[in-house]
Amino acid sequence: MEQKNFEKRCLQTRLDVVEMARHGRRGHIASSFSIVESLVILFDYILNLNPKDPTWDDRDRFILSKGHGCMSYYSVLARKGFFPTSEFEGFCKLDGNLGGHPTKEKIPGCEASTGSLGHGLSIGVGIALNAKIDKRNSKCFVLVGDGECNEGSIWEAALSASQNKLNNLIVLVDYNKYQSYGKTEEVCSLEPLTDKWKAFGFDTHEVDMQKSPLDLKTLLENVGENSEKPTAVILHTIKGQGVSFMEGDLKYHHMSKITDETLDSIKSTLNGDK
Amino acid sequence: MRKRGLLEIFNLAKKNNKIIFLGSDLGHKTLDDFKEACPNQFYMEGISEQNIVGMAAGLAQEGKIVYINTIATFLTRRCFDQIAMDVATGNHNVRLYANGGGVVYAPLGPTHLAVDDIALMRSIPGMTIVHPSDSEEMARLIKASEKWQGPIYIRLCRGGETQTSQAENGFEIGKAITLKESGEITICATGVMVYRALEVAKKLEEEFKIQVGVINIHSIAPLDKPAIEEAAKRSSLIVTFEEHNITGGLGSAVGEVLSESLLPNRPSFKRYGFPDCYPDKYGQQDLIISHYGLDTETLTKKVSKLYRSLN
Repeated sequence: MEQKNFEKRCLQTRLDVVEMARHGRRGHIASSFSIVESLVILFDYILNLNPKDPTWDDRDRFILSKGHGCMSYYSVLARKGFFPTSEFEGFCKLDGNLGGHPTKEKIPGCEASTGSLGHGLSIGVGIALNAKIDKRNSKCFVLVGDGECNEGSIWEAALSASQNKLNNLIVLVDYNKYQSYGKTEEVCSLEPLTDKWKAFGFDTHEVDMQKSPLDLKTLLENVGENSEKPTAVILHTIKGQGVSFMEGDLKYHHMSKITDETLDSIKSTLNGDK
Repeated sequence: MRKRGLLEIFNLAKKNNKIIFLGSDLGHKTLDDFKEACPNQFYMEGISEQNIVGMAAGLAQEGKIVYINTIATFLTRRCFDQIAMDVATGNHNVRLYANGGGVVYAPLGPTHLAVDDIALMRSIPGMTIVHPSDSEEMARLIKASEKWQGPIYIRLCRGGETQTSQAENGFEIGKAITLKESGEITICATGVMVYRALEVAKKLEEEFKIQVGVINIHSIAPLDKPAIEEAAKRSSLIVTFEEHNITGGLGSAVGEVLSESLLPNRPSFKRYGFPDCYPDKYGQQDLIISHYGLDTETLTKKVSKLYRSLN
């Protein structure tokens, strides 16, 4: 039952992304699709949030550091009740609140304006440290991209998180193995990625987000509670995950002037696949 | 000045547990007493300025008032994106306590010379920029910074500087202090150049019989436009003195006000600072300042010559 419901939610998220792209005629669809399962697990099962009081002190914090994956993020925020889904219509428009990268001040539930890669994890370190100072139990989850891990500031933040013993900080790495120009392996190899995070002082885990995504739920339920270390979870995902013809095809990394034809074929593939 | 300001931050922290200090691998034993007295408010991070600015934004958006301390160039040039995007767009209460504004670190070479920091910070919407003239003014600024909403760039100048500020003049962020009423010439100065401005004014009066006013513009943003416009009504020449490139600093800020003012008789205007360059000399601060003609003697000559050429 849980599996079925989860799959339904993931499909709904992807269809929301397609609708946003239809309104905005652009967007990082493939980068949004690779994080759908992770976001649904976080927002449906893990994060302690109150959409009626988005800035409630004891909430968990979530930062989408790879801000270009924002379309899936907007979907889970809206479906959680932070704002109406009618906001999707304003995606990337002059009077809209949902841009091609998220802006904290415009979006209830959004904890950080991101888009300049390598920033979100440091903000998360500050937020997690603040929870320690204030003796609150809330956790801070930061989702970073694999390409984003090319940024030196990510590793500065990793050193600091470990030094400050931020066991309430959880880094999720969307390891979809592609960045803008090509395969991460060919542009700027991250391997051995799990060992890198371990070497920086993190408890590390890996989850296959295609074959067994719900393992992430089990893993995150009590994450960090029996450790002094921050946690890094390497999420093995696929760029464009869920739509066979998009998977691994970089022409879908970022698209502008998206046609109805393209969106319709994504939509029918999604509906047909499920 | 640095120590006086840090002491004042420590004093604030003792009374307000929302005050957080973030240092970037500062000198051995820096603020040990702070660390001991307020361990949850003191964090000495590594040599990782970008992370520190992001962290500060995270802490500040959760309600803390965060003072970051490291060298000016590494804060402004290296962390520009973090300051603009993480701190300024959210108007967060982060204070950038920047050591070595200008050429304080002259012997260390161009990597450590902050001659473009004001220009960089001026380009960030909502950034408050304050450059006190001496250690007592720094103490007044730190006290005022506790309640100020939004980010502040605090530019430090050298230690052991001559004290020119006076308690009775008060201190308010955004409000210039008139040290000498405007005459035929008004000198607008900031930082350690305020002291030099007073010296130059004295010499111009004694040697050339020219009445000269001096305004301490400690706040470059927000800029006290009325004070500048008032000086413009009274003086036929306005000059600016700053330990910064003439591009984008105090001179540019004052020049913008003057050029947009609607006065019938707009005064002549001249900026004095480093020419548009990265100083490539070593040596002590005073020697570099003299090398670029910003010492009292040279400035007196230049300003008097300019004034005479206008009359």
